[in-house]
Amino acid sequence: MSDEFDLDDVIEAGDGWIGEIPAGTLLRITDLHGNQAVDTLFYDAHDYANRYSAVDTIREQGALYLTTGSTLLTCDGDALATIVEDTCGRHDTLGGACSQESNVVRYGGHTRYQPSCRTTFLRMTRKWGRGLGKRDLGHNINFFMNVPLTPDGGLTFEDGVSAPGKYVQLRAERDLLVLISNCPQINNPCNGYDPTPIRLTGRRP
Amino acid sequence: MTGYTIEVPGDAADSLRLRRHRTLTLRCLGPGANVSMLLYALEDRTERLNVPDTLKAQMSARVAAPMALMSDMGRALASVTGSSLDWHDAITGHGLSGLGGGGVGVGAGGGVAVGAGGGGARRGLLDELAKHGLDRRDLHATVNFFSKVAPVGDARGTLVYEPGHADEGDWVTLRAEIDLLVVLSTAPHPLAPAASGSASAGASGSVPGVRLEIDESPAPGAEDATRRFRAESARALELAERSHA
Ligand SMILES: [Zn+2]
Repeated sequence: MSDEFDLDDVIEAGDGWIGEIPAGTLLRITDLHGNQAVDTLFYDAHDYANRYSAVDTIREQGALYLTTGSTLLTCDGDALATIVEDTCGRHDTLGGACSQESNVVRYGGHTRYQPSCRTTFLRMTRKWGRGLGKRDLGHNINFFMNVPLTPDGGLTFEDGVSAPGKYVQLRAERDLLVLISNCPQINNPCNGYDPTPIRLTGRRP
Repeated sequence: MTGYTIEVPGDAADSLRLRRHRTLTLRCLGPGANVSMLLYALEDRTERLNVPDTLKAQMSARVAAPMALMSDMGRALASVTGSSLDWHDAITGHGLSGLGGGGVGVGAGGGVAVGAGGGGARRGLLDELAKHGLDRRDLHATVNFFSKVAPVGDARGTLVYEPGHADEGDWVTLRAEIDLLVVLSTAPHPLAPAASGSASAGASGSVPGVRLEIDESPAPGAEDATRRFRAESARALELAERSHA
């Protein structure tokens, strides 16, 4: 990968992004209009099977939510990235990505043909090629999304804790492949029922 | 053939085909047993258990009866028809060598060291996956039957592992809703306090196994507990049934 790296993209609601991010890069995701869920997967750029693992990340940090100081781990326990700045304060990694099929389960058959994150993920893997596909879709991060779990075993989707201009900044701890779906979900409050664009910026420190 | 049993020792792995509408009961052969389980649709192993979809659709932080265990395709792979325990962990993964338990505390009554974790479930799971042409790309979040890890309710979502959650004789029964490939490990939960430095240690620290009991079951009817649990559970069952219509 090149030492030169500069990135500044706006990702519209319902669009995706896939690309390589070199080790050491500071990657910032900005919630331009607030209350937007940004479904994100990370891979070791040189070994896609060594991919982000929500459950290993949660277990090793001993806590459910991601924020400043959280190290995102692969299924083999390797550090992918560290959250170095977070003006939002809490990000989910247990809510998964919406799909046409899970929309049917959650909201009923009328949602079957609506856009979804997993459709975007699959389109992006097709665009990327290099053998990446459905088997490589692990359990993702939902930046800016708020899914509290309770001591009595409950789980709820709550209105976002985010607001316009809130951002999260990550430092890549190795060469990464990053796959993003800017969530098009309109059936729950995590996007304020109104999906909006996000901005992705990256630079060498 | 049904009505058979398999005794799986502790710290071992196994895999089996479980046909639609057959039940698999897991029964602890000693206190502190753990079963880390992966599930796949037998006819298409790219369709697999999706823990986030399962939990969010049923608004739960744990696996418990009468929840449906859902695939990434919205189908109920299996229903938890009953259990002596009301909490089975699905959010802290399985153990791999050298990792296990960094930041999680142990609840009241807990032991001393946390997370020595032994060799972990990973090697055995990969051994079994390989027999079916699968590999680490096919790993997903396991359900860790008989283990409990709960949030304390603070702002960070701090988690605590609860020792002594399962005792000898505790059980859970799953009913397959489509034909399944079941892959499981009886290695200790990665957050279980190590008995004596090594989780696979013999004598004082042996790892309890489980008995697998496979039986016939009727198809879930209109009054089935899973179907009546939530509208989401019913729709997942219906999607499984439609694929056999
Ligand atoms: Zn989505």
